[in-house]
Amino acid sequence: MSKKNKWLSAPYLGFILCGTVIPLLAILYFALVDKNGSFTLSNLASVAEPVHLKALGLSLLLAFATTVICLLLAFPLGLLLRKSGGKKGFVIFLLILPMWMNFLLRTIAWKILLQKTGVINTILGALGLKSLDIINTPTAVVLGMVYDFLPFMILPIYNVMIKIDNSLIEAAYDLGASQARVIKDVLLPLSMPGIISGITMTFVPSMTTFAISEILGGGNISLIGNIIEGEFLRGGSRNVGSGLSMVMMVFILISMALLNKFDKNGEGTVV
Amino acid sequence: MANILELEHISKSFDGELVLDDLNLEIKENTFMTLLGPSGCGKTTTLRIIGGFTTPDTGRVLFEGRDITNLPPNKRHLNTVFQKYALFPHMNVGENIAYGLKIGGKSQSYIDSKIDYALKLVNMDGFKKRDVTQLSGGQQQRIAIARAIVNEPKVLLLDEPLGALDLKLRQDMQYELIRLKNELGITFIYVTHDQEEALTMSDTIVVMNQGYIQQMGSPENIYNEPENAFVATFIGDSNIIDSVMVRDELVRICGVNFPCVDTGFGVNKPVDVVIRPEDVVLDEAGKGQLDGVVTHLIFKGVHYEMEVMAGGFEWLVQSTVMQPVGKEVSLRVDPFNIQIMNKPESEDEEAVVVDV
Amino acid sequence: MKKVGKALYIGLIFLFLYLPIFTLIVMSFNNNERTSGIWYGFTLRWFGEIFENHDMLEALINTLVIAIVSAVIATVVGVAASVGIMAYSRRQRALVLQLTNIPLVNAEIVTAVSLMMAFAMFGISLGMGTILFSHICFCLPYVILNVLPKLRQTGTSTYEAARDLGAGPVKAFFSVVLPDIMPGVATGFLMSFTMSVDDFVITYFTRGAGINTLSTLIYSQQKRGIRASMCALSTVIFLIVLVVLLIRYFLGNRTADKTVKQ
Repeated sequence: MSKKNKWLSAPYLGFILCGTVIPLLAILYFALVDKNGSFTLSNLASVAEPVHLKALGLSLLLAFATTVICLLLAFPLGLLLRKSGGKKGFVIFLLILPMWMNFLLRTIAWKILLQKTGVINTILGALGLKSLDIINTPTAVVLGMVYDFLPFMILPIYNVMIKIDNSLIEAAYDLGASQARVIKDVLLPLSMPGIISGITMTFVPSMTTFAISEILGGGNISLIGNIIEGEFLRGGSRNVGSGLSMVMMVFILISMALLNKFDKNGEGTVV
Repeated sequence: MANILELEHISKSFDGELVLDDLNLEIKENTFMTLLGPSGCGKTTTLRIIGGFTTPDTGRVLFEGRDITNLPPNKRHLNTVFQKYALFPHMNVGENIAYGLKIGGKSQSYIDSKIDYALKLVNMDGFKKRDVTQLSGGQQQRIAIARAIVNEPKVLLLDEPLGALDLKLRQDMQYELIRLKNELGITFIYVTHDQEEALTMSDTIVVMNQGYIQQMGSPENIYNEPENAFVATFIGDSNIIDSVMVRDELVRICGVNFPCVDTGFGVNKPVDVVIRPEDVVLDEAGKGQLDGVVTHLIFKGVHYEMEVMAGGFEWLVQSTVMQPVGKEVSLRVDPFNIQIMNKPESEDEEAVVVDV
Repeated sequence: MKKVGKALYIGLIFLFLYLPIFTLIVMSFNNNERTSGIWYGFTLRWFGEIFENHDMLEALINTLVIAIVSAVIATVVGVAASVGIMAYSRRQRALVLQLTNIPLVNAEIVTAVSLMMAFAMFGISLGMGTILFSHICFCLPYVILNVLPKLRQTGTSTYEAARDLGAGPVKAFFSVVLPDIMPGVATGFLMSFTMSVDDFVITYFTRGAGINTLSTLIYSQQKRGIRASMCALSTVIFLIVLVVLLIRYFLGNRTADKTVKQ
């Protein structure tokens, strides 16, 4: 309203300072010192330990798989929902309703479903089919992550797609494009902003989760999130945990940068 | 001239509401045809059926004698200029224009020369690399036209393409479109609700209302000889007066007998009379056919517009000579400027398909 | 045939999304102390036991108190901040918005451990206070990202008109500007509340010993199996939310699609 109102944001600046800036500096500090407070790079270097390296690699792999599966499921769904012309409000309602059940509980429900004696195997057994033995494997973890983060892939894609003007699609048909070409030339590039934010919202949490891998991995699957959690809360070294957190942040930043680069390249490749 | 397009017995309803009812239309090669009517009259639906974006419930669409009713839009040899341009926002001007040619598998050199040719044609030389979202409405419109015509369609469909432009630009674009049509030598089918646009550009106007064709003819024909009250009111201003046809060539308007040129309406038959405001001549009181008093006066630039109370009817009169409010005047109408129409017996009859 | 395939695809995805929900609802009627894949018969007793399980009730109350307090504070601070940010220069605004975005794009676990380490560095012992502070911090961006666009839309003209008509600045804000940005404020509040209720990671790292929210309690039970009364409680909460959302949906409230997380 006027320049005099700037002071109204002062409490918020306080929260940014104490809740974002100082904590990030704190973790940077702890990452760079040892237990006695003297400077060291060993916390950062500890990522090279085989256990950590393996966890980081597995995290990247599972997060990548989760993101790809979510994208492959969500994009066609977006196309179908867009075409079906269903009420936008109702579709979104159906997508966010499950989130009102605690996400840990929903993940645990998968454990119940996938158990050796679980619901799915009971049904498979009754049908005389081979039992599905994926609980406590990376496959189950990926399934859980796909389940938990799929809405975050669908929502942005659907939100962007539903806004694409129908006349653009008609124009492409009018100019001779087949359905496949309309999707490739018009719908896909125009959905890119939604796809990018969907990838971000899926990749980062699945790269850094520790709860899903703990629940569906039964303690066998160690992701980088589990390692960090262990360092902080189960008698590990907070300095090592801080170091690993910094390294993980770097990996996320690199992934995001690659994604943005891909996006920019993607824009020009249509014609 | 041969028919390039024929619509036969086309009906279409949306959600149980009849939008087109047994529509028949023949479109000659190399004409500028305008579908004119108020919103909801079925003109856009007709265009979309021709373009292939809507399938009619019944009836056939023939293109050069071939049935294309069930052919998808990408297989039809006609192109559309969309109402809101529908330019692809993620492609630049050149890529937009090239799109149809790329799909057609044309060579890069052919495409490049076509782009240059089309940009010149729409006076947008040098815009090839521009971002379409940076263009003004008028420029986007030209690109949309260029994108359609590079494919060399035999028929170009235009869906209210000037609707979003301001008045001055719209008038400029009207002349551009006429020039384009003449240079390309193809058929234009143009949809609009703007009667002035239709009168300016068209070879043939099809006036539509409530899913029916009300009248089809040349602009002069439609303007001068409206066949029913709807056409008369929709095209330009007019005085539509309840009257009685006394006998051939004599009609009683507001209790006064006016000579006219129409015959065959019978004796003492109630009719509607259409008289254009510019055809009413004002004279000194007592010297004309019907005396009255000027009640309103507005200066319109080219002419004055007056309302004259005479014989119990408020006449709309346009004249370059001003008569002040309150002045007693006398009206006179040339027999050739009195258009007689049968009274509709029901609303349905008013909307009946008229033959040309 | 093609149509059937499409409907099947949409149906399967939604089945996938709702299968665990059905499972949990069924579990809350299963006559067994802890969740398992085996059906022991129908019972309603877990719904009665909701009120006898003190740990769970305490966790429920904690969850709600934390969510309400942090959503209220985040909303008040966030709205005030948005008004202030409007007065910023372009560069200042860009900087503040970048900082606002950090908790949204950063990994939750990094936000959580960084807060934890900051508390440790300043010798602040973990407890209810640290949970509240952390929740307010991660709720604030949701308020600001919903309120700021509304304020920008509203512009200064109505505020100036109110001032012109004799209203003081405070009166002008509450009588003219606030009603106008109310949908954004409400959405920001609801999103904050939702995110806080649903939060696990931040609470897990910033809580003190002995303090549980529903999320942390569930996580502590997950190895041995969730208590059936927890399923019953979740079923009740889910059904309440379902009814509220359905009423809201059928009342045609168009802001429904804005409560989408992010």
